[in-house]
Amino acid sequence: MADPMRIRANLVGDSTEVKVLMSHEMETGQRKDAQGKTIPAWFIQEVNATWNGKTVLAAQWGPGVAKNPFVSFKFKGGAKGDKVVINWTDNRGDKRTDEATIA
Amino acid sequence: MNRQRREVLRTGGGLSLLALVTAAGWLRPGEALAADAWNKAAFETNSMDATLKALGAGTPAQSKDVTFFQTPDIAENGAVVPIGITSTVPNTQSIAILVEKNPSTLIAVFDIPPGTEPSLSTRIKMGQTSNVYALVKADGKYYVASKEIKVTLGGCGG
Repeated sequence: MADPMRIRANLVGDSTEVKVLMSHEMETGQRKDAQGKTIPAWFIQEVNATWNGKTVLAAQWGPGVAKNPFVSFKFKGGAKGDKVVINWTDNRGDKRTDEATIA
Repeated sequence: MNRQRREVLRTGGGLSLLALVTAAGWLRPGEALAADAWNKAAFETNSMDATLKALGAGTPAQSKDVTFFQTPDIAENGAVVPIGITSTVPNTQSIAILVEKNPSTLIAVFDIPPGTEPSLSTRIKMGQTSNVYALVKADGKYYVASKEIKVTLGGCGG
C-alpha cells in the first residue's frame, strides 16, 4: 500500500482550494536499470476528487506526470468541516483513498 | 470473512452510484463509460496530430482565453516542471496537457465538472525543450494555447 496523500482543503471566499500531494514513483517505462533492463511503467492512471459525494475533479494521467504528483484546484461551495475525498488508481491496480476536512 | 460477497457488494454499490449519476443527467451514458476507462489509445500516442485525433479534438482553435500561470520559461529540472492552466472559455469541460516532444505526448486530462473552476496546477516531466499545449474542451469545441519551455536537464531518460 502506498503512502498516504497529503491533502489540504481551505475555504477561500466562496470557493474551496484543494492541494494534493500524492506519493508515487510515476515510473515512465522509458528508463533502464543498471543491467540495461527497462524498468516497467508504473504510474497513477486515474484520480477522482469528491466533495459531499459530488465529483469535483476527475483526471486521467499518463506517465508524464511528475513523480510524487501534485495537483491544485478550486471548486465553488464547501463549508468548514466538510470532507474532500480523493482517490487514485495506478496501472497495477493499486488504489489509495484519503480525505481532508475543509478548514 | 466472505471476500467474494464483499466484492459483489462493492461492485454493486459502484454500479448503482453510476446509474444514479447517469440518471441524474450529470453524465451522458457514453461519457460515464469514457470516464471509467483510462484512455489507453490517447496516452500511447507520440505526436501532436495523433494525440489530437485520439482525443477527437480535430484541429483546435488557438485561443487567448487559455493561459498559463506559474509556468516557467526555463525549467532547470525536466523531471519536475510546474504547469498552471486557466481557461476563461465559457463552459470549460476539460483541460488536457500535451508536450510535443515527450515520448508520449499526452500528459494528463482533467475533467472539470460544473462548479469547479477551470484553473488548476500540477507538475509534469519533460524530456527536452518543447512546446507545451493546454487543450481545452468547452461546449464540445476544442481550444488550444501553447508555450515553449526550455529544459536544461531532461526528466525522461537516465
